[in-house]
Amino acid sequence: MPIDVEAVRSHYPVLDRELDGNRLVYLDSAASSLTPEPVLAAMDRYYRWSRSNVHRGVYPLAEEATDLYEGARGDLARFLDADPRGVVFTKNATEACNLVAYGYVRAHLGPDDVVLSTVMEHHANLVPFTQAAHAVGAEIRHIPLTEDGQLDLEVAQQLLADGRVTFAAVVHVSNVLGTINDVARLTEMIRDANDAAVVHVDGAQAAPHLPVSVRDLGVDSYAITGHKLLAPTGIGALVARPELLDRMQPFLTGGDMIRDVTLEGATWNDVPHRFEAGTPMIAEAAGLSAAIAELQTLGMDAIRAHERAFTAELLDALATVPGVRIHGPKDVEIRGSAVSFVLDGIPPHDVGAMLGSRGVCVRVGHHCTKPLMRCLEVAATTRASAYIYNDVDDLEPLVEGIEAAAAFFAR
Amino acid sequence: MSMDDLYQEIILDHYRKPHNRAPSLDGEAVHVHHSNPLCGDEMDLRIRVADGHLDAVVFDGEGCSISQASASAMTDATTGRELKDALDLAEDFRLMMHGEGPSRPDDLGDGIAFTGVAQFPVRVKCALLGWMALKDAIETHERGANAHTVTHEE
Ligand SMILES: Cc1ncc(COP(=O)(O)O)c(C=O)c1O
Repeated sequence: MPIDVEAVRSHYPVLDRELDGNRLVYLDSAASSLTPEPVLAAMDRYYRWSRSNVHRGVYPLAEEATDLYEGARGDLARFLDADPRGVVFTKNATEACNLVAYGYVRAHLGPDDVVLSTVMEHHANLVPFTQAAHAVGAEIRHIPLTEDGQLDLEVAQQLLADGRVTFAAVVHVSNVLGTINDVARLTEMIRDANDAAVVHVDGAQAAPHLPVSVRDLGVDSYAITGHKLLAPTGIGALVARPELLDRMQPFLTGGDMIRDVTLEGATWNDVPHRFEAGTPMIAEAAGLSAAIAELQTLGMDAIRAHERAFTAELLDALATVPGVRIHGPKDVEIRGSAVSFVLDGIPPHDVGAMLGSRGVCVRVGHHCTKPLMRCLEVAATTRASAYIYNDVDDLEPLVEGIEAAAAFFAR
Repeated sequence: MSMDDLYQEIILDHYRKPHNRAPSLDGEAVHVHHSNPLCGDEMDLRIRVADGHLDAVVFDGEGCSISQASASAMTDATTGRELKDALDLAEDFRLMMHGEGPSRPDDLGDGIAFTGVAQFPVRVKCALLGWMALKDAIETHERGANAHTVTHEE
């Protein structure tokens, strides 16, 4: 069923806000999505009704809290078609990537190994692995871009040829270019070159917008962050094969992640709990479950179709504005809804300020992708990114704002 | 947020027609490079010193209108000043960006047009970039060096 945007919007009180008399147009969901009422209600209910700590409690409230938390693990596993024993809750995608870098790369790679990465990574999926590679003396190689902002798989093939790539960290959907990478195919190529290679994917921009089956992608681990998919801030996850988690070293130690403790040492709890030290984010887990329910009610196929249609209109609308240059694929079949552009001769910061003064929320800057900015030979871009509550009525304020910036800052 | 509070006409004039913008300087004493990675502002600032005075101040770079216009106004306000006096003026501008009334409004020249930027915390860094580069250039000179690079982190 197509998405009824008016009905969706009614769940987001902030969309009723006016800024200086302008309707709020939120086009920054790639940075963080808005939060719908049912998610707020789920968190509120936990605090008002089931407030207690998880695990080990033998009274009803503690059981309810545990059910909310462990229920979220199951909901997320089903949402991403993965094994719940492989779902580790973290505070965000960044922490999930660090977990793999510390727990796996630093523990298992050495000077003979090569880490494969790409030039379009968010710093979250790059820095933990460059640091880990340096620490163990491993080499790091980067897949470059094609003209239209896709990963150059021909070059990737050459980078894999010597069979030394034993770990890869790749983004599923670029937060700047919008490119949807063919992760399944790349994973196959990596395993063909070395069947012991571990493939980690940053799904922060994919899970909110596309139907994702971690099983079908064939990857070993997949990082997500809740606040980009309608859930609250403070919860993310590493969704991994349990066998990978079994081979990983604990990252943070303390309560909940242990089996037995003596004064001298400790033995570790089973996965995934081994990687969840201390009291977890319980209200946020309840919020995540509600967010997933909201997305599943709409249907991920319908969400993808809605965004594809919107993005096609957005690309067409931007093409009518003189001086706008889009970075990333123009073909909506291979791109998501984050659209980066530069306006000839006008600094992105000023474009963003003009849009902001008209109630249009976009992001400007390097988007935590400095290496990519260097490849594109720009210091910064302006990025409009859509979600389920955006519709074609958001295009006119965006285009008019860009045109106003062009006129205002013309030299 | 109103565009006019932030972008005074004087600011736009400096942005459109920057003063003392040049990629090199004859007799250059110090060259500093400052960047603001968060917004992608980049600035090269060069000074020439004669008799303990700023004989010439030129900048070059890329960035938002606020950073470029502020650097332009800074060069006008500081060229010809004694080094110590220029440092003092830079401090006055910095305090103004943090909401304090400037004690030398006349000496700031067109720099005074940036008062409103203090209300836009994310843009304060942009307005300060040229001034901080000048301060660094003078201090670098006083150390007896002739080049320095600084990255302003969040
Ligand atoms: C592609 C990508 N990866 C990782 C992240 C990091 O997400 P978080 O800041 O929630 O850890 C982001 C979000 O900014 C992103 O866009």
